[in-house]
Amino acid sequence: MSSTPADEQRLRDLALLRRVRDRIDREYAQPLNVEALARDAHMSSGHLSRRFRAAYGESPYSYLMTRRIERAMALLRRGDMSVTDICFAVGCQSLGTFSTRFTELVGIPPSVFRQQPDTGTMGMPPCVAKKVTRPIRNREARATEPQLT
Amino acid sequence: MDITINSSFLPQTDPDAALAFYRDTLGFEVRNDVGYEGMRWITVGPADQPGTSIVLYPPAADPGVTDDERQTIAEMMAKGTYATIVLATKDLDGTFERLQAGDAEVVQEPTDQPYGIRDCAFRDPAGNQIRINEVR
Repeated sequence: MSSTPADEQRLRDLALLRRVRDRIDREYAQPLNVEALARDAHMSSGHLSRRFRAAYGESPYSYLMTRRIERAMALLRRGDMSVTDICFAVGCQSLGTFSTRFTELVGIPPSVFRQQPDTGTMGMPPCVAKKVTRPIRNREARATEPQLT
Repeated sequence: MDITINSSFLPQTDPDAALAFYRDTLGFEVRNDVGYEGMRWITVGPADQPGTSIVLYPPAADPGVTDDERQTIAEMMAKGTYATIVLATKDLDGTFERLQAGDAEVVQEPTDQPYGIRDCAFRDPAGNQIRINEVR
C-alpha cells in the first residue's frame, strides 16, 4: 500500500469539497452564495464550482437549490405555511427563482404541490422515504401525461 | 431464529482520530484494539449494549481489493459518499451539544423530518456519515 503526495493532496481536496457540501446541507436556509462558500474554502468561485461538479456531478449552486427545494417540499406537505413564507424560510430570496426551480425539479408548481394530499411514502422506512422523495437535479420531473399543446 | 446484530464495520483512515471520536466524543467503550502490520482494527460500542459493536477497520487491508478499488474507496470516504450509520438516543439535543462541543463536523442540526422522525447528522473523522435519531 503506497500513496504518493499527489494522492494525499487529492484526498485533502475532496475532504475540503465534502465540508463545503456539508455546509450547504447545514446552512441552506442562510443567504448562502457560491462566492462566500468559495471564499471560506480559500478558492475562487469558478474553481470551487468546477471541482465540486467534478466530484458530485452538479455545481454547488445547483446542490444548494436542490437542498432548498427538498426542504420546501417537506414544509409544503405540512400545509401550515404559505408558499411565500416557505420560499424565504428555505433561504431563497426570489419567489420567481424559487417557483421556477421547484417546478423544474418536482414537475408541478409549489402552490399546486401544497394542495395535494401526501400518501406517496406511507409505510416506507424513513431512510428510504428520504432517498426517494429527494429531488434530483439531473433527473428532473417528467410530465406524467401526454402534454396537449 | 434468534439472531442479533453483533458487529458492523465502518472504515477509518486514522486510528487515533477514530478512537478519539468514538471513545471520547461519542462516549463508547473500547472492546478491542488489534494491530497488524501498522494497521488497526478497533472495536467500540455503547457500554450498556455489550452485544452490539462497531469495528473501525482499515479499508485497504483486504488483499482482494485492487489498487484502483482502494483509490476509489479512499476518494469516496474523503468526499463523504462511502459509509453511513444511524444511531439513536432519547436525548438528541444533549447528544448534539456534546458532539458539537467536541468539534465534530456538524452536517445537520436536530430537525423534524417530514417522514416522522427527528434527527441530526455529523461526520466522523474519516468522513463517514453519522445520523442520530431521537427515540420517542
